[in-house]
Amino acid sequence: MVTEAAAITDKIRCDACPVMCYIKPGAAGACDRYANHDGKLVRVDPHIILDRTVEHGGRLVPFQASGDWDGKIVHQPETFVTAIGAGTTYPDYKPAPFIVSSEVDGVDMVTVVTEGIFSYCGVKLKIDTDRYLGAETATVRAQGEAVGHVTTSEYGSQMLSLGGVHHLTGGSKKEGRVTCDTLMDVSNCKAVELTIDGGASVIVQAGQPPVVNGMREERMRVGCGSATIGMFAKQWHGKVDEVVVVDDHITGVLSEHQAGKLLDIADTGIKMRGRRSTPGRYFQVAEPGTGWGGTNISDPLSILGPFDLKFARPGLTMLMVSTTGEHASYYVLDEAMRPVEKDMPVALRQSVERIQENCEPALCTVLFMAGAGGSLRAGVTDNPVRLTRSVKDALTRVTSGGAPVYVWPGGGITFMVDVTQMPSGAFGYVPTPALVAPIEFTLKLSDYAALGGHMDYVRPLGSLKENGDVRPIPWPIGGRPA
Amino acid sequence: MTRLPQIAFLADGRRLHLQDGPIDLIIEANGKAADVHTAYEAAARRFTGLLDELCTELTELRKAAHPQSCVLTSVVACRMHAAVAPFAHDQFITPMAAVAGSVAEEILGAMLAAAPLARAYVNNGGDIALHLTASERFTVGLMDRLDGRGVMRTMAIEATHPARGVATSGRHGRSFSLGIADAVTVLARTAAQADAAATIIANAVELPGHPAIRRCPADSLQPDSDLGPRLVTREVGELSDAEVAAALEAGARCAKGILERGLIEGAALCLFGEMLVVGTRNVVRDPSNRPRELAAA
Repeated sequence: MVTEAAAITDKIRCDACPVMCYIKPGAAGACDRYANHDGKLVRVDPHIILDRTVEHGGRLVPFQASGDWDGKIVHQPETFVTAIGAGTTYPDYKPAPFIVSSEVDGVDMVTVVTEGIFSYCGVKLKIDTDRYLGAETATVRAQGEAVGHVTTSEYGSQMLSLGGVHHLTGGSKKEGRVTCDTLMDVSNCKAVELTIDGGASVIVQAGQPPVVNGMREERMRVGCGSATIGMFAKQWHGKVDEVVVVDDHITGVLSEHQAGKLLDIADTGIKMRGRRSTPGRYFQVAEPGTGWGGTNISDPLSILGPFDLKFARPGLTMLMVSTTGEHASYYVLDEAMRPVEKDMPVALRQSVERIQENCEPALCTVLFMAGAGGSLRAGVTDNPVRLTRSVKDALTRVTSGGAPVYVWPGGGITFMVDVTQMPSGAFGYVPTPALVAPIEFTLKLSDYAALGGHMDYVRPLGSLKENGDVRPIPWPIGGRPA
Repeated sequence: MTRLPQIAFLADGRRLHLQDGPIDLIIEANGKAADVHTAYEAAARRFTGLLDELCTELTELRKAAHPQSCVLTSVVACRMHAAVAPFAHDQFITPMAAVAGSVAEEILGAMLAAAPLARAYVNNGGDIALHLTASERFTVGLMDRLDGRGVMRTMAIEATHPARGVATSGRHGRSFSLGIADAVTVLARTAAQADAAATIIANAVELPGHPAIRRCPADSLQPDSDLGPRLVTREVGELSDAEVAAALEAGARCAKGILERGLIEGAALCLFGEMLVVGTRNVVRDPSNRPRELAAA
C-alpha cells in the first residue's frame, strides 16, 4: 500500500504515476487515490476497505486479475469486482469515476454524482467520566449552536446525543450547518469542543479521553463509592480505621457498610452529610461537579460532620479516596477529634494505586447512527421492504465503510457503527445539510434473487459465485445496483 | 517499458473501465459485437502511454494558455490548448482546464477510427465525449442538487443535436473551482470545448467577497496546482435565495456570452438545488422542482 515517495519538507512527491504530484500532509494527489498520511504515501481508494475486510477475515473477490495487460482485452467480468463492487463508495472524496460508473435506470451516464446521504442521522457519544457534564436533557452546543442534548448517565459514563434530523434541518440554517460539521468531525474521529447549558465544556474525540473543563480525564471510576468499599474492604482491613470513598452517586463509608460489618470493623463516629440510602451508602453528599469523585468538592472533609464523640478516639485513622483513586488523603484524629491530614502510609497508598489500576482508561466513544431510507432500498430491489426483511433475517449483512454495524430491531434499516472501526475520513457532508456515510449490503446471490432484485442486471455477476458467494452491493445513486 | 494502465470491464461486462493515474474512463460502445470488441481494444491501446505523453508536457500545460500561439506538441495537449485559447485573451486559464474532455475525445476518436459504431461514449470522470448515428440518442443524467434527493434531471441528446461533448465543473469536482457553483454542465460540439467552457462558467457563478464563502490559495492545497496562489472555493456557507439567484445569474451571463460566440450549445447551472438553464431545451425537468429557464440567446 505504500510506494516510495521522496519527502520534500512536509510535502511528499508521489511516484505512483508520471503526474508526480506533490502532496501535502492530509491531502490527496490529483487522482484522489494516493494521499499523504503523516508523511507516508498511502492509497485511499476502496482498497483500504478491502484490506480491512482481509484484516477481519472477510471473504473477497479479486479487485483486478493479477498480471500485466497483454495488449488484449481478455479480462473477463468474473475476474473483477469493480471499485463499486468492492462494496463501498468512499464519500469523503470528490466524485470519483468509479462512482460515476453507477448506473441509473434510463440514464446512460451521469455527470455529477453523489453518495449515501443521511438526513436522519446523529451520533451517540459515551463519555467516560464521573464529572458533572450537565443535567439530563440540557442542550449541548458547538460554536454556540444547539447540536444535541445530554441524555442518560450510564455506568461511569455520561451519554450525549448529537445531531438528528431536528438539529440538522429543523432549526436555523446555521444550526444545521454547525450540527452537520460537528457530526462529521466527531465521526471522522476529530476533536470537537462541546459546551453544555448549565454544565461543563468538554472536548471529545473518538477513542481519546475526554477533556472536561480543560482537565483531561484519565480513568473511569472502578465502581460507585459503595462498590469500591465492597471491592477493597479486605485490603483495608487492619491498615486503617475508616475509609470514605467519595462519589457523586453513592459515597461509601467502610465502618457502616455491610462489607465493613462483615469484617467486624468498629464504629468510628463518622458523620456524613448527604442522604443516607442504606447503611454505609450516601446519596448527594455534595453537588455534582468536576472535583472529587464527580462532586464539586475540592476538600473532602467538607462532606463530613463532626465525629460522634461516643465512638471517635484520638489517633483514629481515616482514608478518603475518590472512586478513581485520582484524589486521596489520609487523616488522623487529633485530641479534639478533628481530622488532620498526614502523610499516607505506604500500604494505603498501594490500595489507592490498586483502585487506579482497576479503573479503565476513560474514553470518548462514538457510535454513528443513521437510517437507511426508501431511496436506498429502492435502488437495490424492486420491492424495497424485502431488503429490510432480508437485513432483519440476517441474510443481508450491513456494513459501513467495511465496519460491522448493529441494526436496530424494528422497522427500517437503522444502524449504529463504531466510527473508530471505519476508515479514516469516511464521512462527508452535503449542504442540505446531511452527512454522507458509506454503507454496504452484502448478501448471497441466491438471496438477492429471492429479494426480487433486478436479476437481468445481476446476471453478469453470477459467476462471482465461483470466487465467493457473497456479493457486495454499493450504495446506489437512485437506480439499480452497479 | 510503458507502465500499463488498469484495463477492465465493469461488473456489467458491458462497459470498459480504463484507469491510469488521475484518469478514469468509463467507456461504452454499441454496434456489432466484433466492432465493439475492436473499438475497445483500440481504446485500450490508445490509452496505454497516454498519461506519460501528457506528462512530458505537464509543465507547459500548467501555464496560462496563450490566446494564439501553441508551443505544445502532442495531439491531446494541442487539443487542450485549442479548447481553452478562446478564453485566454481576457482571463487566466491553463490547458489543464480541458484535460479530461480532451482525453475522452482522443479515446473516442481512436475507437471510431478502428470500427464503425452506432453510438459510443467515453466518460472521463463526468467529462464525456459522445458518438451518435442515425436515430440513436443518449440520455445524460444531471444532478440538480448534491443530496441526491428526488429526481435527477435528464437531458436527451439526439443524433441531430450538434453536441458531442458534455462536461461538468463545480466546486465539488476533482479539480478546484474559483466559483461557487455546485455543478455547471455544458453541452458543446466537442468534449474538450465543453470541459473548458464548464470551467469558465463554473468560475463565473460567483459572489465576490461574500463572507460566507471560504477560499484558500490552490497551491496551499495542491502545491503543484496549475492555479497557483489563486483563491479557490473550499466552503460555501449560508446564502440567501437572492444571493443564490445572483450568483447563478452571473454564471448565466457568462454562459450566454460563450453561447453567443458559438463555443457551446447549452449549459445548466446548479447552486443549492436551484438550476438555471442556458441555451438548451433538452433538460427534462421534474415538474415539482422547475428550474427557471433563461431565454435562449
